[in-house]
Amino acid sequence: MSDAGATIEAGPAARRRPQLGELFQVFLIAGAISFGGGVLAYLREYLVRNHGWISDDEFLDALEVSETLPGLNSVNMSVIVGDRMRGAIGAAVAVIGLMLPGMIVMMTLGVLWEQQRHNSNINHFLVGIAASAVGLLLTVTLQLGHKQFVRPLDLSIIAVTFLAVSVFKISLLWVLLVLGPAAVLLYQPRGAVETAERFTHLRERFHSHRSHWRH
Amino acid sequence: MQKLISLAWVFALLSILAVGGGTAVLPEMQRMTVTQFHWVTEKQFRDIYSLGQVAPGPNMLMVMVIGYRVAGYLGSMVVALAFFVPDCILTLFANRMWLRYSESPWRLSIQRAMAPIAIGLMLSGTYSIARLSIHNFMSFAIAAGTLGVLMWRRINPLLLISVGGLAYLIFSNLTGAQ
Repeated sequence: MSDAGATIEAGPAARRRPQLGELFQVFLIAGAISFGGGVLAYLREYLVRNHGWISDDEFLDALEVSETLPGLNSVNMSVIVGDRMRGAIGAAVAVIGLMLPGMIVMMTLGVLWEQQRHNSNINHFLVGIAASAVGLLLTVTLQLGHKQFVRPLDLSIIAVTFLAVSVFKISLLWVLLVLGPAAVLLYQPRGAVETAERFTHLRERFHSHRSHWRH
Repeated sequence: MQKLISLAWVFALLSILAVGGGTAVLPEMQRMTVTQFHWVTEKQFRDIYSLGQVAPGPNMLMVMVIGYRVAGYLGSMVVALAFFVPDCILTLFANRMWLRYSESPWRLSIQRAMAPIAIGLMLSGTYSIARLSIHNFMSFAIAAGTLGVLMWRRINPLLLISVGGLAYLIFSNLTGAQ
């Protein structure tokens, strides 16, 4: 299977800008059928491969920025990609499309749960889901951090962050204000920037995401 | 009114602090909504988190249910706006600035620095949910089983956590465990 990036060679000028309606539809479907990590694989499939609205490098670049900026990764991704295609209005349309189906389902579940709060079967079902979610979260964290866990400096930063939040219960604001600048100083630029291999790790991740999506 | 204002600033702050995504901010969200403001109990927080797992879209839409518990439909709308609007505006402008400095070597430094912090925070978020949900052998087995299955092969996570929920439901009906 050739990589999506290889099939889209047209420059930005040659690409067609999507109509706002088309953009909304793609993100609405993404929001309706996405559970877990599937949303990014779906967006890459549609925005890059099927429509060619953005290039694969632009998409992966947006993914990198979404994960560095605060906020939900999928929401950040929609903002960045929407902005790239249709400006601020495009960003708004993308985010609303992504969240609308989930909001409706979430509120319906919330109201039902509120009415059934004393139903022990539902409570036990939800405990099982939370326990299962722990396994899922751990898998996602290990997959995302597989490079960081084997680098001593990264592993130390991971350990300090975890201890500060979970053991010493330090407020997240202070953890970020102290550890953020400290980590940037530890990683301050030295010598040439490595750009050639920049997206390799993101592409690797997508192969697993995509197969997960297909199953 | 006071409650709506508190909801707005708490969830706006949480979204801005979410370096590493929704999971990363769970410990702080639990601290503020359970310990500080008493909007929900620990068990309710866990149950609402679980509801977020079975809805499509971002799991963190579950914050709307916290808002609903505190102040009805208006509360859920205030929470949704507070949690998503400031973050979207921040992302829009930060990304445009980011593009302008895309050649700067500091960009890579910031990415490298934030990655391990985000991973550490995600571990903390996972630990928070583990403390709320793993109380006995069965819940531990469900968590370990999910991890094992996902490491072994790719399976739709919705299917897997539904099996986890059913397994605990059957277990508690058979043994009377909570």
